[in-house]
This record gives sequence, C-alpha cells and structure tokens, in this order.
Amino acid sequence: MSERKYTKDHEWVLVEGDVGTVGISEHAQEQLGDIVFVELPDVGAEFAQGAQAATLESVKAASEIYAPVAGKVVEVNDALADEPALINSDALGKGWFFKVKISKSGDLGKLMDEAAYQKFVESLD
Amino acid sequence: MGSRGPPYLSRGSDILADPQTDLKQTPLHALHTALGGKMVPFAGYAMPVQYPMGILKEHEHTRRQAGLFDVSHMGQVRLSGAGAAAALERLVPVDVLGLGADHQRYALFTNEAGGILDDLMITNAGDHLFLVVNAACKAQDLAHLQRHLAGDCTVTPLEDRALLALQGPQAAAVMGRIAPAAARLVFMSATSVDIAGADCFVTRSGYTGEDGFEMSIPAGKAEDVARLLLAEPGVAPIGLGARDSLRLEAGLCLCGHDIDTTTTPVEAALAWALSKARRADGPRPGGYPGAEVILRQLADGAPRRRVGIKPDGRAPVREGVELTDSSGRVVGRVTSGGYGPTVGGPVAMGYVESEFAKPGTALAASVRGKPHAVAVAKLPFVPQNYYRG
Repeated sequence: MSERKYTKDHEWVLVEGDVGTVGISEHAQEQLGDIVFVELPDVGAEFAQGAQAATLESVKAASEIYAPVAGKVVEVNDALADEPALINSDALGKGWFFKVKISKSGDLGKLMDEAAYQKFVESLD
Repeated sequence: MGSRGPPYLSRGSDILADPQTDLKQTPLHALHTALGGKMVPFAGYAMPVQYPMGILKEHEHTRRQAGLFDVSHMGQVRLSGAGAAAALERLVPVDVLGLGADHQRYALFTNEAGGILDDLMITNAGDHLFLVVNAACKAQDLAHLQRHLAGDCTVTPLEDRALLALQGPQAAAVMGRIAPAAARLVFMSATSVDIAGADCFVTRSGYTGEDGFEMSIPAGKAEDVARLLLAEPGVAPIGLGARDSLRLEAGLCLCGHDIDTTTTPVEAALAWALSKARRADGPRPGGYPGAEVILRQLADGAPRRRVGIKPDGRAPVREGVELTDSSGRVVGRVTSGGYGPTVGGPVAMGYVESEFAKPGTALAASVRGKPHAVAVAKLPFVPQNYYRG
C-alpha cells in the first residue's frame, strides 16, 4: 500500500506503480470554500515538479494547482467538469484532479508524509 | 497551490495564510467568533467572510429565507442644522431638499471630473440627515463633508453605533414579530423602533436585491439585537462572501471596483440616481462637483457604459479581465465577477464602449490566456424583490 505525500502548497500525490494520482488536501478545500470550476490539463501534457498544472475557482478565489511531481498526464478526472463540488465533499478520493506518469521518482523524496503535513498545517495557524 | 482573491480578501494575500494585524473590530466581533465566522481583513476591519454554512449555502439561504449581516464597518454620519439638506446638495447630484421625512435616497459623492468618490444612502430622519457610507471611504467622506459643509451644518460621525442588515423573503415576517412598526415600512423609508430595549433606526433597504432592512443600533446593544434576530426561525448569519455574490447578481455596484473616481454616474448606468430636480431642466440644475461633465453626458451619452456580462460555460470571469470584440480589439474590462449561486453559473459586470453595450452583444474574455465567450447581459441577473407596498 502506497503512502500519500503532500507539498507545502497543499497538493497531494498517491503513487501506484509509476503513476501518481494528484489532488488537494482536506485543509486546502476547507480554506478555499465551495469550488465552482476546475480547469484540468490535457492528457499528454508534461509538467516539471512545481509547474502550474491546473486551476480551480472557488466562490472565494482562483487558485493554481502545481504538479507535486514531474511527469506526463495520463488521465484527468472528467467528473469534476460537471461536479466540481466533489473536491469539497471528497478531496482525498473522488475529488482527485489528474493522474501523472512519474518521470523522476526522486521528486517524491522532497514531499511530506501525512504526519509531517499535518504538523505543517498546524504551524500555519 | 496559490490563490488570488476577490475584493473582500485583502489584496495580494494568500487565503491559506491570513495575516491579521491591527484590525479594528465591530461590536459583534465576539459573536462572529462564537458563531464560527472565518475572519478576514476588510477595509481595516476583521470581518466574517463566511460562517460554517459556507458562502454558497449562505447566499441561497438569503435568497430563500433571511440572512443577518454585520455591516458595522460602514460609516454612519449625522448631518444636523437647518441648512443640512441644502449644504449636502452641493456634494451630490441628488434632490435632498425634496426628500420627505422618513424617506431614504441613494446618492453619490462626485468629484470635479464627474467621477464617483463614493456611493451612499441619505435618510431624512426628521430633525437631521442620516448618511451611510462605505467602510473603505468613510475617513475620506467625513473629511470631504467637513471641508465643504462646515459652517452650514454639523457633521457628526456616529462611531458608537452598529449597523445590521436583515435581508431575504422572510425578513419582513421576522421584523413583524420583533418590531411591527418597522415591518410596515416600504422600500427606501425609515422609522425609529425599540428592539431588545435598544433605540434602533430602521430603513427598508439593503444590498442583496431582496426585501429587507438595515438597522442602526447603539453599539452596546448590537449583540442583544443580533442574538434576538438569530433566534428567529429562518434567520442565519451571513458573511461578506455571500454579500458580494448577492449584490453582484442584483447588479449593485461595489465602490472602488464597479464605480470609482474615473467612472461617471452616466457611464456607471446610475443615471436613475440623478434626481430630476438637479438635472439641466430641473429647478436646481447642477451645483455639485463635476455637474458640467455629468449633465453633458446625460444629454449626449457617455463613451462607455457599465453592463452585465454573462460568461458562456462555467469558468468565472473576474475583476480586471479584458473584453475583446470579434476582431480581438479590447473594448472593455470586467470590474466584478464570480460565481452566481442563484444564477447557477458565472456572472460579471464591467465597462464596455457604448456601441457594445446592447444586451446580447457577443464578446470574448481572456481568462488565463484562453478566450472565453461572453455576452453583454441586462442587469440585474436576478429579479429585485423590493417591497413597495
């Protein structure tokens, strides 16, 4: 069973084999409020770690989503087009954004595990 | 993830890290905290952007039932003395002398170029005029009033009073149980009533497009009145986030965004607020800053006009986005935009060159480098539900 890893920008990636599923954290969705629109990358798009990969709009603000790991997009969550609120109701599950074929597994080492991320979030308050 | 926020979030701040320094608090601060309000900086005050219900549900609640808003950050000013109405007419393009007792009128402070310094509400409270001005402009407005009116009337900021708004289709029923005399008011009229032992000055007005009331309350009694209202069935506390989406759907201007010193009342589609008595053919034409520009535009038209903008699709089109015609030429700019929960999609307003102001005109908005189709739309986006008796 793989472990969910987090960035300081509140994205998460869950790795299975060489594919990582990307989303935003529970903390992030809570802070953003009701999400009303998501612009996802095209399948086939390639990103460096930390590059802007998607955009979401909540009732409060527009936010950029950065790629937590470098790689090529292999699948996007089409369900978000009709139901962006899935990110609010299930940020770590049905509210995933896209799946990426990871090009540098070393990128994962720069991310936080669940415990470190929770500590990081607490430090923000 | 990085975020850019709309007007009720401080400029350039990341909403995931909220620096709050030296912010003023309203008399309801403790209540907001107790209700779980998420406090953000706005116009120098710590204000609730939302409560646990969330902006979307707070918006819908106000349209269907009743919402209670703390707007104590706004400026309340009393003008007293026999010359107050005539003096105030020197600063606004509005008939103040003809404003009957217990009646309220929307007005604008203009500058010499015909631009808008602030918008405000003027109420004839019998022995004085009662003004409500925007929070972000109140220091400047007060200085403006004192500079131009001193000698003709007394200008008194009412710093010891809170301001609450109760808005929505159930507001009148709630008011009917708490202060029946206030429930009998019609839109844009006023009366003094006792609520929870407090001497409250109530007007039937608001900033949501819904029927409702605004209540000026002694600061020390504000929490009692708020708690009494919140205990009524159908009443929920509503934050600044929903206040912004409600007023945007209702086509109402946010000062500093949709109207400012560079926009005239005619350009801002606020010609309805220019009283007949102060127009070229009225008994007291002009006589306020910028009258020449404004009256000329009223006669000849303005080069641009504030309009509604309805984006196709789901992507919100926000403040600052440029609007282009079919040839790609920039013909306008969005001044407010976001998601309209009642409309169920994105809504915006902005300025376009007058030849593009006709509802239905197809334009494009560039969002993150991609053109999005939008159309000029009639304002408001939702019907106004004011109670006119």
